[in-house]
Amino acid sequence: MSEELYKEMAQCIIDGDSDIATQLAKKSIELKMHPLDTITKGFVVGVNYIGDQFGKGEAFLPELVMAGEAMKAAVAVLEPELIKLGEAREMMGRVVLATVEGDIHEIGKTLVGTMLSASGFEVVDLGVDQPADKIIGKALEINADIIGMSALLTTTMVRQREVIEELDKEGLRPRIKVMVGGAPITRDWVTKIKADGYSEDAIGAVKIAKELVGKTDQ
Amino acid sequence: MSSKNIKTISNPKLKLEVLTQDDLKKIHEATLQIIEKVGVRFPSKRVLEIWEANGADVNYEKKIVRVKPRIIEDALKKAPPAYKLAARDPQQDLQLDGNHVHLGTDGCGVEVIDIDTGEKRTSCLQDVRDIARVADATEEVAFHWVPVSAQDRPAEARGLHEIKAVWENSTKHVQSESIYNVDEAKAAIEMAALIAGGKDKLRERPVLSLMQCTAPPLGHDGGSLDAALLAAEVGIPTGFMTMAACATTGPTTMAGNLAVGNAEVIAGTALLQLAYPGAPVFYAAAQTASDLRTGAYTGGGPEDFLFGAATNVLADFYNIPLSMGAFATGAKEPNWQAGLEGAMSSFMASVVMSDMLLGCGFLHGSRIWSYAEMLMDCEIFSIVHKMMAGIEVNDETLAMDVIAAVGPGGHFLAQKHTRNHMRELFMPKFMDRRPYSEWETKKDDARDWALAKARKTLKEHQPDPLDEKTGKEMERIIKSVEK
Repeated sequence: MSEELYKEMAQCIIDGDSDIATQLAKKSIELKMHPLDTITKGFVVGVNYIGDQFGKGEAFLPELVMAGEAMKAAVAVLEPELIKLGEAREMMGRVVLATVEGDIHEIGKTLVGTMLSASGFEVVDLGVDQPADKIIGKALEINADIIGMSALLTTTMVRQREVIEELDKEGLRPRIKVMVGGAPITRDWVTKIKADGYSEDAIGAVKIAKELVGKTDQ
Repeated sequence: MSSKNIKTISNPKLKLEVLTQDDLKKIHEATLQIIEKVGVRFPSKRVLEIWEANGADVNYEKKIVRVKPRIIEDALKKAPPAYKLAARDPQQDLQLDGNHVHLGTDGCGVEVIDIDTGEKRTSCLQDVRDIARVADATEEVAFHWVPVSAQDRPAEARGLHEIKAVWENSTKHVQSESIYNVDEAKAAIEMAALIAGGKDKLRERPVLSLMQCTAPPLGHDGGSLDAALLAAEVGIPTGFMTMAACATTGPTTMAGNLAVGNAEVIAGTALLQLAYPGAPVFYAAAQTASDLRTGAYTGGGPEDFLFGAATNVLADFYNIPLSMGAFATGAKEPNWQAGLEGAMSSFMASVVMSDMLLGCGFLHGSRIWSYAEMLMDCEIFSIVHKMMAGIEVNDETLAMDVIAAVGPGGHFLAQKHTRNHMRELFMPKFMDRRPYSEWETKKDDARDWALAKARKTLKEHQPDPLDEKTGKEMERIIKSVEK
């Protein structure tokens, strides 16, 4: 019975169907299945499959994002149950994401957030136009491992450096690692501002984040 | 009308129908429906108030405006269909009248392939100066887009340093996409007024034009909107550019992507007309498809080329000039891909007579400036220019007398007719038509020649300088903005 259900769970992630993911998650609770089993033996199998297909060049980014969204929908139902049981999913790490102050461009950052949470990170996305104190404040509040900052403009990317300098001043690094991204961000800039990680796209960002928390792929 | 030392496409002989009248009507109606039902985000208090005063449904909390089609359509009718972009040298003014395609440099890059070392590095103010000087010397570049970001200057006044640097190194029109807040816009207007001969002369002689990027899907940037209003008020031509990208910031399907981008642009344009009726405005676009593996902005590819042609149909429908993104390429160095994408995109945008063509010189999705790429792009523009002139058919060009004189089996090389017309044949600067053996010894190609040409230009070309007093005054204005 549950084998069948696990397969359906994996499938709805592969299909990127958040509605069915929600339904199946609720059903698993009614059937008194253990939420951790539901996640690892059911939904995560689908995420891994899509990730694998993507790696082979047979799946595309929209499928990856939809799988991520469906996974998020399932977890949203299961997480409260886990908490009731006094358990928690093992997370890769905690990440605070934001587009820096003065900048309203967010698609890249949002994409990074989706990919990170699909890969097992706990992500708090603060949105756009976020000043340094808000970003750092949130990172401290949730005890984040990583701060990820995006900027699309050469005039706003300087804010990335301000956040890093502030973190250094407060002695919060290397405890909190910093990742940066955005169209004008170059390797030179990353070196200059002494960020810990940088990626040109969302898939690469996951790899960097895993490295930063010391959980590299085998 | 032609401008001094500038090669511009006009009186085109080629035509292309990329959208039917019915297609156009559907996209227009979809656009109006989007603006009325879905709405467009305008994150500026001043702008929201203008919309409300003009009868739009304004949600102040979400900063989303929904507007009845009639308001949009009536406002758009107030936009002037033709005007000119003035240059520091009035003989280099450019007509935006639907019968000219003017090439500009591309803009907003962040790195430069250094002209001496060949190494890629962060862009700085000196690059803005050098590129402007090389562009000034070419006949293909009709106007400047501020090409790269002066990252060695303070962020709050960077856009001002950039336009000053271009004016100091060229007599041609300057367009900036990097002035997007009230303080910088005010200062830029003051600086332009120095060249035009007063703020009240800017409408007559707009030596500066401003481009503001939209924030797709269906959004604008607050600072950009406020800056655009200031420009529109004094008659500085202003355009909103959409870069809605299929599958990420716009629908995957091209028609839907056109409608989303169109909604952003015409809602912004209508706003300027509501605030300042008759203000010179233009449509701007550089839509593309996203890369399906990374989500990245591609720049180039068949969707780009089609957007390049289709957008001018929209701009013509609204009867305003268009500035169209062309020459975009994802190529990392000047190569097959760069040539292909530059040629296809510039041809498609030109064949429909986009008024402004942006822009030559970039690699890697408009991020890395290359002088070689710039001059090879210019050659592509020259080829398109030649093609657009089409084939002239009359007694002289049919050459019946000469054909009879040469007869079967002769040759045309010694004919006066040949000498009279030979310079009409295209003479490439950078195409390799040499004997194979010559190439074999030298193994050089277009990239080497283009780079050599750029180096020579930088060494030799000195445009008419900006007078010292104006320069000093500009410096003072810039200082007042720097923190």
